[in-house]
Amino acid sequence: MFILITGLLLGGTYALIAMGLNLQYGVARIMNLANGEMLVIGGFAAFWVFTAGQVSPVVALLVVAPVAFAVNWLIYRFMLRPLVKRAKSRGALEVDSILATFGLSFALVGIMTWAFGGGYFNYAYLAQRVDIFGSSYAQNRVVAFAIASLIAAGLWLWLSYTRAGLRMRAVAVSPESARLVGIDVPAVSALAFGLGGAVTASGGALISMFFTLDASVGVLFTMKALIIVIMGGVGDIRGTIVAALILGICETAVARLIDPGLTLAAAYLLFLSVLLFRPQGLFGNKPT
Amino acid sequence: MSARETRNLILSALALGLAALLPFYDTGYLLSIATTMAMLTVLATSWALFSGPTHYISLATAAFFGLGTFVTGLGFQSLPFWSLPLIAAVLGAGLAALVGMVTLRLSGVYFVIFTLGLAELVRQIVTWVQNRTGQRGMYVLTSITERDIYWQLIALGALVYLVGWLIGRSRLGFALRIIGNDETVARHSGIDTALAKVILFMISGAVAAAVGALLAPRYIYIEPSTAFAPLLSFQVVIMALLGGTGRLWGPVAGVIPFTLLWEFIARHAPNQTLLLLGLTFLLIVYVLPGGFVGLYERLQRRFGGGRH
Repeated sequence: MFILITGLLLGGTYALIAMGLNLQYGVARIMNLANGEMLVIGGFAAFWVFTAGQVSPVVALLVVAPVAFAVNWLIYRFMLRPLVKRAKSRGALEVDSILATFGLSFALVGIMTWAFGGGYFNYAYLAQRVDIFGSSYAQNRVVAFAIASLIAAGLWLWLSYTRAGLRMRAVAVSPESARLVGIDVPAVSALAFGLGGAVTASGGALISMFFTLDASVGVLFTMKALIIVIMGGVGDIRGTIVAALILGICETAVARLIDPGLTLAAAYLLFLSVLLFRPQGLFGNKPT
Repeated sequence: MSARETRNLILSALALGLAALLPFYDTGYLLSIATTMAMLTVLATSWALFSGPTHYISLATAAFFGLGTFVTGLGFQSLPFWSLPLIAAVLGAGLAALVGMVTLRLSGVYFVIFTLGLAELVRQIVTWVQNRTGQRGMYVLTSITERDIYWQLIALGALVYLVGWLIGRSRLGFALRIIGNDETVARHSGIDTALAKVILFMISGAVAAAVGALLAPRYIYIEPSTAFAPLLSFQVVIMALLGGTGRLWGPVAGVIPFTLLWEFIARHAPNQTLLLLGLTFLLIVYVLPGGFVGLYERLQRRFGGGRH
Protein backbone atom coordinates (compact mmCIF):
# COMPACT_ATOMS: atom_id res chain seq x y z
CA MET A 1 0.00 0.00 0.00
CA PHE A 2 2.82 2.37 0.90
CA ILE A 3 4.58 1.62 -2.38
CA LEU A 4 1.35 2.03 -4.30
CA ILE A 5 0.58 5.46 -2.87
CA THR A 6 4.14 6.77 -3.03
CA GLY A 7 4.30 5.53 -6.60
CA LEU A 8 1.04 7.22 -7.47
CA LEU A 9 2.19 10.48 -5.94
CA LEU A 10 5.41 10.33 -7.95
CA GLY A 11 3.60 9.22 -11.09
CA GLY A 12 1.25 12.20 -10.92
CA THR A 13 4.14 14.62 -11.30
CA TYR A 14 5.72 12.46 -14.00
CA ALA A 15 2.43 12.61 -15.87
CA LEU A 16 2.56 16.39 -15.97
CA ILE A 17 6.10 16.44 -17.36
CA ALA A 18 5.32 13.79 -19.93
CA MET A 19 2.20 15.66 -21.02
CA GLY A 20 4.38 18.66 -21.74
CA LEU A 21 6.68 16.55 -23.88
CA ASN A 22 3.75 14.87 -25.55
CA LEU A 23 2.31 18.22 -26.64
CA GLN A 24 5.66 19.17 -28.11
CA TYR A 25 6.26 15.88 -29.88
CA GLY A 26 2.70 14.90 -30.69
CA VAL A 27 1.45 18.24 -32.00
CA ALA A 28 4.50 20.31 -32.92
CA ARG A 29 6.38 17.19 -34.12
CA ILE A 30 9.54 18.28 -32.32
CA MET A 31 11.37 15.62 -30.33
CA ASN A 32 12.47 18.04 -27.63
CA LEU A 33 15.43 16.60 -25.78
CA ALA A 34 15.92 19.85 -23.86
CA ASN A 35 12.65 19.13 -22.07
CA GLY A 36 14.42 18.07 -18.86
CA GLU A 37 16.40 21.30 -18.77
CA MET A 38 13.17 23.27 -18.98
CA LEU A 39 12.04 21.29 -15.96
CA VAL A 40 15.22 22.07 -14.05
CA ILE A 41 14.86 25.76 -14.87
CA GLY A 42 11.32 25.68 -13.51
CA GLY A 43 12.64 24.02 -10.37
CA PHE A 44 15.42 26.57 -10.00
CA ALA A 45 12.95 29.41 -10.36
CA ALA A 46 10.80 27.95 -7.59
CA PHE A 47 13.87 27.41 -5.41
CA TRP A 48 15.07 30.95 -6.00
CA VAL A 49 11.70 32.54 -5.26
CA PHE A 50 11.31 30.46 -2.13
CA THR A 51 14.75 31.10 -0.64
CA ALA A 52 14.91 34.75 -1.63
CA GLY A 53 11.40 35.85 -0.77
CA GLN A 54 9.77 32.99 1.14
CA VAL A 55 7.19 32.81 -1.63
CA SER A 56 5.46 29.44 -1.81
CA PRO A 57 6.34 27.40 -4.92
CA VAL A 58 2.63 27.12 -5.62
CA VAL A 59 2.40 30.86 -6.04
CA ALA A 60 5.63 30.80 -8.04
CA LEU A 61 3.82 28.64 -10.60
CA LEU A 62 1.77 31.70 -11.58
CA VAL A 63 4.97 33.33 -12.80
CA VAL A 64 6.90 30.25 -13.94
CA ALA A 65 4.21 28.99 -16.31
CA PRO A 66 3.67 32.16 -18.40
CA VAL A 67 7.41 32.89 -18.61
CA ALA A 68 8.14 29.32 -19.69
CA PHE A 69 5.37 29.57 -22.26
CA ALA A 70 6.85 32.73 -23.75
CA VAL A 71 10.40 31.33 -23.79
CA ASN A 72 9.33 28.09 -25.44
CA TRP A 73 7.16 29.89 -27.95
CA LEU A 74 10.17 32.00 -28.95
CA ILE A 75 12.39 28.91 -29.14
CA TYR A 76 9.94 27.27 -31.51
CA ARG A 77 9.42 30.37 -33.59
CA PHE A 78 13.06 31.26 -34.11
CA MET A 79 15.02 28.05 -33.61
CA LEU A 80 12.83 25.18 -34.66
CA ARG A 81 10.50 26.66 -37.25
CA PRO A 82 13.37 27.06 -39.78
CA LEU A 83 14.12 23.36 -39.32
CA VAL A 84 10.51 22.41 -39.93
CA LYS A 85 10.51 24.52 -43.09
CA ARG A 86 13.67 23.03 -44.56
CA ALA A 87 12.95 19.40 -43.65
CA LYS A 88 12.19 17.22 -46.65
CA SER A 89 10.63 14.42 -44.66
CA ARG A 90 9.49 13.58 -41.16
CA GLY A 91 12.66 11.55 -40.62
CA ALA A 92 14.92 14.43 -41.62
CA LEU A 93 13.04 16.73 -39.25
CA GLU A 94 13.42 14.24 -36.46
CA VAL A 95 17.20 14.00 -36.91
CA ASP A 96 17.52 17.79 -37.12
CA SER A 97 15.31 18.48 -34.13
CA ILE A 98 17.08 15.82 -32.05
CA LEU A 99 20.46 17.38 -32.77
CA ALA A 100 19.25 20.96 -32.30
CA THR A 101 17.54 20.24 -28.99
CA PHE A 102 20.56 18.26 -27.79
CA GLY A 103 22.58 21.36 -28.53
CA LEU A 104 20.08 23.49 -26.66
CA SER A 105 20.11 21.07 -23.76
CA PHE A 106 23.90 21.09 -23.40
CA ALA A 107 24.05 24.84 -23.82
CA LEU A 108 21.42 25.29 -21.08
CA VAL A 109 23.26 22.94 -18.72
CA GLY A 110 26.47 24.85 -19.44
CA ILE A 111 24.82 28.18 -18.75
CA MET A 112 23.14 26.91 -15.57
CA THR A 113 26.40 25.46 -14.22
CA TRP A 114 28.06 28.74 -14.97
CA ALA A 115 25.33 30.80 -13.31
CA PHE A 116 24.44 28.63 -10.30
CA GLY A 117 27.42 26.32 -9.90
CA GLY A 118 27.31 22.54 -9.96
CA GLY A 119 25.82 22.09 -6.50
CA TYR A 120 22.54 20.53 -5.43
CA PHE A 121 19.44 22.59 -4.77
CA ASN A 122 16.71 21.81 -2.34
CA TYR A 123 14.61 23.61 0.21
CA ALA A 124 12.19 22.63 2.91
CA TYR A 125 8.62 23.48 2.02
CA LEU A 126 5.76 21.74 3.81
CA ALA A 127 8.12 19.07 5.04
CA GLN A 128 5.61 17.76 7.56
CA ARG A 129 3.90 14.42 7.50
CA VAL A 130 0.39 13.58 6.58
CA ASP A 131 -1.27 10.24 7.31
CA ILE A 132 -3.06 8.28 4.62
CA PHE A 133 -4.30 4.74 5.33
CA GLY A 134 -2.10 4.40 8.36
CA SER A 135 1.21 5.27 6.72
CA SER A 136 2.71 8.73 6.70
CA TYR A 137 3.75 10.70 3.65
CA ALA A 138 5.46 14.05 3.16
CA GLN A 139 2.95 16.85 2.76
CA ASN A 140 4.86 18.44 -0.10
CA ARG A 141 4.52 15.28 -2.20
CA VAL A 142 0.77 15.22 -1.66
CA VAL A 143 0.43 18.91 -2.52
CA ALA A 144 2.58 18.49 -5.63
CA PHE A 145 0.43 15.56 -6.71
CA ALA A 146 -2.79 17.49 -6.16
CA ILE A 147 -1.64 20.47 -8.16
CA ALA A 148 -0.23 18.28 -10.91
CA SER A 149 -3.57 16.49 -11.19
CA LEU A 150 -5.36 19.81 -11.29
CA ILE A 151 -3.21 21.11 -14.14
CA ALA A 152 -3.41 17.81 -16.01
CA ALA A 153 -7.19 17.69 -15.66
CA GLY A 154 -7.49 21.28 -16.85
CA LEU A 155 -5.32 20.54 -19.84
CA TRP A 156 -7.30 17.46 -20.71
CA LEU A 157 -10.63 19.29 -20.48
CA TRP A 158 -9.25 22.11 -22.59
CA LEU A 159 -8.01 19.71 -25.26
CA SER A 160 -11.24 17.73 -25.30
CA TYR A 161 -13.92 20.39 -25.14
CA THR A 162 -12.70 23.65 -26.64
CA ARG A 163 -12.27 24.69 -30.23
CA ALA A 164 -8.60 25.52 -29.73
CA GLY A 165 -8.09 22.09 -28.19
CA LEU A 166 -9.81 20.49 -31.15
CA ARG A 167 -7.50 22.34 -33.52
CA MET A 168 -4.54 21.04 -31.59
CA ARG A 169 -5.77 17.47 -31.74
CA ALA A 170 -6.37 17.85 -35.46
CA VAL A 171 -2.77 18.90 -36.03
CA ALA A 172 -1.61 15.99 -33.89
CA VAL A 173 -3.50 13.56 -36.12
CA SER A 174 -2.43 14.98 -39.45
CA PRO A 175 -0.77 18.35 -40.11
CA GLU A 176 -1.46 18.07 -43.85
CA SER A 177 -5.20 17.57 -43.50
CA ALA A 178 -5.41 20.16 -40.73
CA ARG A 179 -4.08 22.71 -43.17
CA LEU A 180 -6.78 21.79 -45.66
CA VAL A 181 -9.58 22.60 -43.24
CA GLY A 182 -8.20 26.05 -42.55
CA ILE A 183 -6.09 25.51 -39.45
CA ASP A 184 -2.99 27.66 -39.18
CA VAL A 185 -0.62 24.75 -38.52
CA PRO A 186 2.54 26.79 -37.71
CA ALA A 187 0.63 28.91 -35.19
CA VAL A 188 -0.96 25.88 -33.52
CA SER A 189 2.41 24.10 -33.42
CA ALA A 190 4.08 27.11 -31.80
CA LEU A 191 1.23 27.31 -29.31
CA ALA A 192 1.54 23.61 -28.49
CA PHE A 193 5.30 23.85 -28.09
CA GLY A 194 4.99 26.84 -25.77
CA LEU A 195 2.23 25.19 -23.79
CA GLY A 196 4.25 21.99 -23.49
CA GLY A 197 7.20 23.96 -22.16
CA ALA A 198 4.98 25.75 -19.64
CA VAL A 199 3.52 22.46 -18.42
CA THR A 200 6.99 20.92 -18.07
CA ALA A 201 8.40 23.92 -16.21
CA SER A 202 5.42 23.82 -13.83
CA GLY A 203 6.17 20.16 -13.27
CA GLY A 204 9.74 21.15 -12.45
CA ALA A 205 8.58 23.73 -9.90
CA LEU A 206 6.41 21.06 -8.27
CA ILE A 207 9.15 18.43 -8.29
CA SER A 208 11.62 20.83 -6.69
CA MET A 209 9.40 20.78 -3.58
CA PHE A 210 10.49 17.24 -2.73
CA PHE A 211 13.32 16.35 -5.08
CA THR A 212 16.90 17.59 -4.96
CA LEU A 213 17.83 19.09 -8.31
CA ASP A 214 21.13 20.05 -9.84
CA ALA A 215 22.06 21.63 -13.15
CA SER A 216 22.75 18.35 -14.96
CA VAL A 217 19.85 16.20 -13.75
CA GLY A 218 17.58 17.26 -16.61
CA VAL A 219 18.50 14.45 -18.99
CA LEU A 220 17.25 11.89 -16.49
CA PHE A 221 13.79 13.47 -16.56
CA THR A 222 13.92 13.76 -20.33
CA MET A 223 14.52 10.01 -20.51
CA LYS A 224 11.65 9.22 -18.19
CA ALA A 225 9.29 11.56 -20.01
CA LEU A 226 10.27 10.00 -23.34
CA ILE A 227 9.68 6.51 -22.03
CA ILE A 228 6.27 7.55 -20.69
CA VAL A 229 5.27 9.22 -23.95
CA ILE A 230 6.21 6.19 -25.99
CA MET A 231 4.58 3.81 -23.55
CA GLY A 232 1.37 5.83 -23.51
CA GLY A 233 1.36 6.45 -27.23
CA VAL A 234 2.37 9.67 -28.99
CA GLY A 235 -0.38 12.31 -28.82
CA ASP A 236 -2.47 10.29 -26.38
CA ILE A 237 -3.09 12.18 -23.12
CA ARG A 238 -4.98 9.36 -21.42
CA GLY A 239 -2.20 6.88 -22.28
CA THR A 240 0.40 9.29 -20.96
CA ILE A 241 -1.31 9.53 -17.59
CA VAL A 242 -1.69 5.77 -17.21
CA ALA A 243 1.90 5.17 -18.33
CA ALA A 244 3.23 7.80 -15.90
CA LEU A 245 1.41 6.20 -12.99
CA ILE A 246 2.70 2.76 -13.98
CA LEU A 247 6.24 4.10 -14.17
CA GLY A 248 5.92 5.87 -10.81
CA ILE A 249 4.69 2.72 -9.07
CA CYS A 250 7.22 0.50 -10.82
CA GLU A 251 10.13 2.75 -9.89
CA THR A 252 9.05 3.07 -6.29
CA ALA A 253 8.63 -0.69 -6.01
CA VAL A 254 12.10 -1.38 -7.42
CA ALA A 255 13.70 1.33 -5.29
CA ARG A 256 12.14 -0.02 -2.10
CA LEU A 257 12.26 -3.73 -2.73
CA ILE A 258 15.51 -4.22 -4.67
CA ASP A 259 17.88 -1.26 -4.82
CA PRO A 260 17.35 2.53 -5.13
CA GLY A 261 20.17 2.63 -7.68
CA LEU A 262 18.15 0.62 -10.18
CA THR A 263 15.30 3.03 -10.95
CA LEU A 264 16.40 3.67 -14.51
CA ALA A 265 16.82 -0.04 -15.07
CA ALA A 266 13.20 -0.46 -13.96
CA ALA A 267 12.06 2.21 -16.39
CA TYR A 268 14.03 0.48 -19.13
CA LEU A 269 12.46 -2.85 -18.41
CA LEU A 270 9.05 -1.27 -18.97
CA PHE A 271 10.32 0.47 -22.08
CA LEU A 272 11.72 -2.77 -23.43
CA SER A 273 8.49 -4.69 -22.96
CA VAL A 274 6.54 -1.88 -24.65
CA LEU A 275 8.92 -1.90 -27.61
CA LEU A 276 8.68 -5.65 -27.91
CA PHE A 277 4.96 -6.10 -27.48
CA ARG A 278 3.16 -2.81 -28.03
CA PRO A 279 5.36 -0.39 -29.97
CA GLN A 280 2.28 1.69 -30.81
CA GLY A 281 1.68 2.48 -27.13
CA LEU A 282 -0.71 1.15 -24.52
CA PHE A 283 -3.90 2.41 -26.16
CA GLY A 284 -2.61 2.91 -29.70
CA ASN A 285 -4.03 1.10 -32.67
CA LYS A 286 -1.83 -1.13 -34.73
CA PRO A 287 -0.52 0.86 -37.68
CA THR A 288 -1.84 -0.46 -40.93
CA MET B 1 40.38 -1.28 -58.42
CA SER B 2 40.64 1.97 -60.30
CA ALA B 3 43.75 4.15 -60.40
CA ARG B 4 42.05 6.67 -58.17
CA GLU B 5 41.31 4.06 -55.55
CA THR B 6 44.87 2.76 -55.62
CA ARG B 7 46.09 6.30 -55.15
CA ASN B 8 43.77 6.86 -52.18
CA LEU B 9 44.83 3.57 -50.63
CA ILE B 10 48.52 4.49 -50.90
CA LEU B 11 47.87 7.96 -49.51
CA SER B 12 45.93 6.57 -46.53
CA ALA B 13 48.66 4.03 -45.81
CA LEU B 14 51.25 6.81 -45.91
CA ALA B 15 49.20 9.00 -43.56
CA LEU B 16 48.77 6.14 -41.11
CA GLY B 17 52.48 5.32 -41.30
CA LEU B 18 53.32 8.93 -40.61
CA ALA B 19 50.94 8.99 -37.64
CA ALA B 20 52.57 5.83 -36.30
CA LEU B 21 55.98 7.57 -36.22
CA LEU B 22 54.81 10.18 -33.72
CA PRO B 23 55.98 8.40 -30.52
CA PHE B 24 59.57 8.60 -31.78
CA TYR B 25 59.26 12.34 -31.88
CA ASP B 26 57.60 13.02 -28.54
CA THR B 27 56.36 10.87 -25.67
CA GLY B 28 54.96 13.58 -23.46
CA TYR B 29 51.99 15.86 -23.89
CA LEU B 30 51.88 15.50 -27.67
CA LEU B 31 51.63 11.73 -27.47
CA SER B 32 48.98 11.96 -24.79
CA ILE B 33 46.77 14.21 -26.88
CA ALA B 34 47.48 12.14 -29.99
CA THR B 35 46.33 9.02 -28.13
CA THR B 36 43.09 10.77 -27.20
CA MET B 37 42.66 11.79 -30.82
CA ALA B 38 43.40 8.29 -32.08
CA MET B 39 40.85 6.84 -29.68
CA LEU B 40 38.19 9.34 -30.69
CA THR B 41 38.99 8.90 -34.37
CA VAL B 42 38.49 5.15 -34.19
CA LEU B 43 35.27 5.61 -32.21
CA ALA B 44 33.91 8.35 -34.46
CA THR B 45 34.80 6.51 -37.66
CA SER B 46 33.16 3.31 -36.52
CA TRP B 47 30.15 5.34 -35.36
CA ALA B 48 29.91 6.93 -38.79
CA LEU B 49 30.04 3.51 -40.49
CA PHE B 50 26.59 2.84 -39.09
CA SER B 51 25.04 6.23 -38.46
CA GLY B 52 26.42 7.95 -41.55
CA PRO B 53 24.50 6.12 -44.25
CA THR B 54 21.44 5.24 -42.17
CA HIS B 55 20.97 8.55 -40.25
CA TYR B 56 20.21 6.59 -37.09
CA ILE B 57 21.89 8.53 -34.29
CA SER B 58 23.46 6.08 -31.88
CA LEU B 59 24.30 7.31 -28.39
CA ALA B 60 25.47 3.92 -27.20
CA THR B 61 29.22 4.42 -27.67
CA ALA B 62 29.83 4.93 -23.95
CA ALA B 63 28.04 1.68 -23.14
CA PHE B 64 30.22 -0.35 -25.51
CA PHE B 65 33.36 1.48 -24.45
CA GLY B 66 32.65 0.89 -20.77
CA LEU B 67 31.94 -2.77 -21.47
CA GLY B 68 35.36 -3.03 -23.11
CA THR B 69 37.20 -1.44 -20.20
CA PHE B 70 35.49 -3.83 -17.83
CA VAL B 71 36.55 -6.82 -19.92
CA THR B 72 40.16 -5.71 -19.51
CA GLY B 73 39.65 -4.86 -15.85
CA LEU B 74 38.28 -8.30 -15.06
CA GLY B 75 40.46 -10.37 -17.35
CA PHE B 76 43.90 -8.81 -17.64
CA GLN B 77 45.41 -10.95 -14.89
CA SER B 78 44.19 -14.31 -16.07
CA LEU B 79 44.12 -13.95 -19.86
CA PRO B 80 46.74 -12.89 -22.42
CA PHE B 81 46.32 -9.21 -23.26
CA TRP B 82 45.84 -9.73 -27.00
CA SER B 83 42.70 -11.77 -26.37
CA LEU B 84 40.95 -9.03 -24.38
CA PRO B 85 40.04 -6.70 -27.26
CA LEU B 86 38.71 -9.72 -29.13
CA ILE B 87 36.52 -10.79 -26.23
CA ALA B 88 35.38 -7.20 -25.80
CA ALA B 89 34.55 -6.99 -29.49
CA VAL B 90 32.48 -10.17 -29.34
CA LEU B 91 30.59 -8.95 -26.27
CA GLY B 92 30.12 -5.51 -27.82
CA ALA B 93 28.71 -7.08 -30.97
CA GLY B 94 26.42 -9.19 -28.82
CA LEU B 95 25.08 -6.19 -26.91
CA ALA B 96 24.65 -4.30 -30.17
CA ALA B 97 22.75 -7.24 -31.64
CA LEU B 98 20.38 -7.32 -28.67
CA VAL B 99 19.75 -3.57 -28.75
CA GLY B 100 19.50 -3.56 -32.52
CA MET B 101 17.03 -6.41 -32.70
CA VAL B 102 14.73 -4.67 -30.22
CA THR B 103 14.89 -1.13 -31.58
CA LEU B 104 16.02 -1.16 -35.19
CA ARG B 105 12.82 -2.79 -36.38
CA LEU B 106 11.06 0.42 -35.34
CA SER B 107 11.57 4.03 -36.34
CA GLY B 108 14.69 6.03 -35.60
CA VAL B 109 13.34 7.87 -32.58
CA TYR B 110 13.00 4.71 -30.50
CA PHE B 111 16.59 3.84 -31.31
CA VAL B 112 17.90 7.25 -30.22
CA ILE B 113 15.98 7.16 -26.96
CA PHE B 114 17.00 3.62 -26.15
CA THR B 115 20.68 4.23 -26.80
CA LEU B 116 20.52 7.52 -24.88
CA GLY B 117 20.00 5.66 -21.64
CA LEU B 118 21.90 2.48 -22.47
CA ALA B 119 25.20 3.53 -20.86
CA GLU B 120 23.38 4.62 -17.72
CA LEU B 121 21.40 1.38 -17.66
CA VAL B 122 24.52 -0.78 -17.93
CA ARG B 123 26.22 1.38 -15.30
CA GLN B 124 23.35 0.91 -12.86
CA ILE B 125 23.37 -2.84 -13.37
CA VAL B 126 27.16 -3.11 -13.00
CA THR B 127 27.10 -0.97 -9.85
CA TRP B 128 24.33 -3.09 -8.43
CA VAL B 129 26.22 -6.32 -9.13
CA GLN B 130 29.34 -4.82 -7.58
CA ASN B 131 27.41 -3.79 -4.49
CA ARG B 132 25.97 -7.27 -4.13
CA THR B 133 29.33 -8.98 -4.49
CA GLY B 134 31.01 -6.39 -2.30
CA GLN B 135 33.41 -5.36 -5.04
CA ARG B 136 34.43 -1.79 -5.75
CA GLY B 137 36.51 -0.26 -8.53
CA MET B 138 39.38 -2.15 -10.12
CA TYR B 139 43.04 -1.36 -10.60
CA VAL B 140 44.46 -2.17 -14.02
CA LEU B 141 48.19 -2.19 -13.41
CA THR B 142 50.12 -3.36 -16.45
CA SER B 143 53.42 -2.64 -18.12
CA ILE B 144 51.61 -1.28 -21.15
CA THR B 145 52.75 2.26 -21.92
CA GLU B 146 50.88 5.02 -23.66
CA ARG B 147 53.05 4.39 -26.72
CA ASP B 148 51.81 0.81 -26.98
CA ILE B 149 48.22 1.96 -26.64
CA TYR B 150 48.77 4.54 -29.36
CA TRP B 151 50.15 1.97 -31.78
CA GLN B 152 47.39 -0.48 -31.01
CA LEU B 153 44.85 2.25 -31.72
CA ILE B 154 46.53 3.10 -35.01
CA ALA B 155 46.39 -0.56 -36.00
CA LEU B 156 42.73 -0.78 -35.03
CA GLY B 157 42.09 2.44 -36.92
CA ALA B 158 43.67 0.97 -40.04
CA LEU B 159 41.42 -2.05 -39.67
CA VAL B 160 38.34 0.15 -39.29
CA TYR B 161 39.21 2.15 -42.39
CA LEU B 162 39.76 -1.06 -44.34
CA VAL B 163 36.46 -2.51 -43.16
CA GLY B 164 34.68 0.76 -43.92
CA TRP B 165 36.17 0.83 -47.40
CA LEU B 166 35.17 -2.77 -48.06
CA ILE B 167 31.63 -2.15 -46.78
CA GLY B 168 31.35 0.89 -49.02
CA ARG B 169 32.09 -1.32 -52.02
CA SER B 170 29.90 -4.21 -50.97
CA ARG B 171 26.22 -4.97 -51.45
CA LEU B 172 25.70 -4.26 -47.74
CA GLY B 173 27.04 -0.71 -48.10
CA PHE B 174 24.83 -0.12 -51.11
CA ALA B 175 21.84 -1.44 -49.21
CA LEU B 176 22.58 0.92 -46.29
CA ARG B 177 22.76 3.95 -48.55
CA ILE B 178 19.35 3.07 -49.95
CA ILE B 179 17.97 2.65 -46.43
CA GLY B 180 19.34 6.06 -45.51
CA ASN B 181 17.69 7.67 -48.53
CA ASP B 182 14.34 5.99 -48.24
CA GLU B 183 13.68 3.03 -46.03
CA THR B 184 10.36 2.16 -47.66
CA VAL B 185 11.98 1.96 -51.09
CA ALA B 186 14.72 -0.21 -49.61
CA ARG B 187 12.20 -2.62 -48.16
CA HIS B 188 10.24 -2.78 -51.39
CA SER B 189 13.32 -3.58 -53.42
CA GLY B 190 13.83 -6.68 -51.34
CA ILE B 191 16.45 -5.52 -48.83
CA ASP B 192 16.21 -7.03 -45.37
CA THR B 193 16.53 -3.58 -43.79
CA ALA B 194 16.49 -4.73 -40.18
CA LEU B 195 19.25 -7.28 -40.79
CA ALA B 196 21.47 -4.81 -42.65
CA LYS B 197 21.11 -2.24 -39.87
CA VAL B 198 21.77 -4.74 -37.10
CA ILE B 199 24.92 -6.05 -38.80
CA LEU B 200 26.38 -2.58 -39.21
CA PHE B 201 25.45 -1.62 -35.65
CA MET B 202 27.20 -4.77 -34.42
CA ILE B 203 30.40 -3.81 -36.24
CA SER B 204 30.27 -0.35 -34.76
CA GLY B 205 29.61 -1.72 -31.27
CA ALA B 206 32.39 -4.29 -31.53
CA VAL B 207 34.94 -1.64 -32.46
CA ALA B 208 33.88 0.67 -29.62
CA ALA B 209 34.17 -2.19 -27.11
CA ALA B 210 37.61 -3.13 -28.45
CA VAL B 211 38.74 0.48 -28.06
CA GLY B 212 37.54 0.39 -24.47
CA ALA B 213 39.52 -2.77 -23.83
CA LEU B 214 42.68 -1.24 -25.30
CA LEU B 215 42.29 1.99 -23.36
CA ALA B 216 41.70 0.44 -19.94
CA PRO B 217 45.42 0.34 -18.94
CA ARG B 218 45.58 4.08 -19.54
CA TYR B 219 43.00 4.79 -16.84
CA ILE B 220 44.68 2.54 -14.23
CA TYR B 221 41.62 2.72 -11.98
CA ILE B 222 38.24 1.67 -13.35
CA GLU B 223 34.87 2.22 -11.77
CA PRO B 224 31.41 2.25 -13.33
CA SER B 225 30.80 5.99 -13.12
CA THR B 226 33.91 6.85 -15.13
CA ALA B 227 33.90 3.86 -17.48
CA PHE B 228 30.31 4.48 -18.58
CA ALA B 229 30.44 8.29 -18.62
CA PRO B 230 27.65 9.21 -21.09
CA LEU B 231 29.51 12.29 -22.25
CA LEU B 232 31.74 10.15 -24.45
CA SER B 233 28.79 9.16 -26.63
CA PHE B 234 28.00 12.79 -27.32
CA GLN B 235 31.62 13.71 -28.00
CA VAL B 236 31.82 10.96 -30.58
CA VAL B 237 28.57 12.01 -32.25
CA ILE B 238 29.54 15.65 -32.40
CA MET B 239 33.00 14.98 -33.79
CA ALA B 240 31.75 12.62 -36.45
CA LEU B 241 29.04 15.06 -37.52
CA LEU B 242 31.39 18.03 -37.42
CA GLY B 243 33.74 16.24 -39.76
CA GLY B 244 30.93 14.83 -41.84
CA THR B 245 29.81 11.27 -42.25
CA GLY B 246 29.65 11.17 -46.03
CA ARG B 247 33.26 10.09 -46.45
CA LEU B 248 35.56 7.80 -44.51
CA TRP B 249 37.99 10.64 -43.78
CA GLY B 250 35.20 12.86 -42.44
CA PRO B 251 35.27 11.94 -38.75
CA VAL B 252 39.02 12.45 -38.37
CA ALA B 253 38.63 15.92 -39.86
CA GLY B 254 36.20 16.65 -37.03
CA VAL B 255 38.15 14.93 -34.26
CA ILE B 256 41.38 16.91 -34.62
CA PRO B 257 40.04 20.48 -34.38
CA PHE B 258 37.39 19.58 -31.84
CA THR B 259 39.82 17.79 -29.50
CA LEU B 260 42.20 20.74 -29.62
CA LEU B 261 39.37 23.14 -28.86
CA TRP B 262 38.04 20.88 -26.12
CA GLU B 263 41.46 20.60 -24.46
CA PHE B 264 41.90 24.35 -24.65
CA ILE B 265 38.52 25.07 -23.08
CA ALA B 266 38.89 22.33 -20.48
CA ARG B 267 42.14 23.92 -19.36
CA HIS B 268 40.98 27.52 -19.22
CA ALA B 269 37.30 27.24 -18.34
CA PRO B 270 36.53 23.66 -17.26
CA ASN B 271 32.85 24.39 -16.68
CA GLN B 272 32.27 25.59 -20.20
CA THR B 273 32.92 22.31 -22.04
CA LEU B 274 29.21 21.48 -22.03
CA LEU B 275 28.39 24.88 -23.45
CA LEU B 276 30.94 24.22 -26.19
CA LEU B 277 29.32 20.88 -26.91
CA GLY B 278 25.89 22.49 -27.12
CA LEU B 279 26.98 25.34 -29.35
CA THR B 280 28.79 22.95 -31.69
CA PHE B 281 25.63 20.88 -32.03
CA LEU B 282 23.73 24.03 -32.98
CA LEU B 283 26.49 25.10 -35.35
CA ILE B 284 26.26 21.78 -37.18
CA VAL B 285 22.49 21.89 -37.51
CA TYR B 286 22.22 25.51 -38.61
CA VAL B 287 25.46 26.34 -40.38
CA LEU B 288 27.29 23.18 -41.34
CA PRO B 289 24.86 20.40 -42.24
CA GLY B 290 27.06 17.65 -43.62
CA GLY B 291 30.05 18.87 -41.62
CA PHE B 292 33.41 19.68 -43.14
CA VAL B 293 32.87 17.00 -45.78
CA GLY B 294 29.70 18.75 -46.90
CA LEU B 295 31.50 22.09 -46.96
CA TYR B 296 34.37 20.60 -48.97
CA GLU B 297 31.99 19.08 -51.47
CA ARG B 298 30.10 22.34 -51.86
CA LEU B 299 33.33 24.24 -52.44
CA GLN B 300 34.51 21.60 -54.86
CA ARG B 301 31.31 21.86 -56.81
CA ARG B 302 31.65 25.61 -57.03
CA PHE B 303 35.36 25.90 -57.83
CA GLY B 304 36.64 22.42 -58.55
CA GLY B 305 37.06 22.00 -62.29
CA GLY B 306 34.53 19.24 -62.87
CA ARG B 307 36.36 16.23 -61.43
CA HIS B 308 34.22 13.61 -59.77
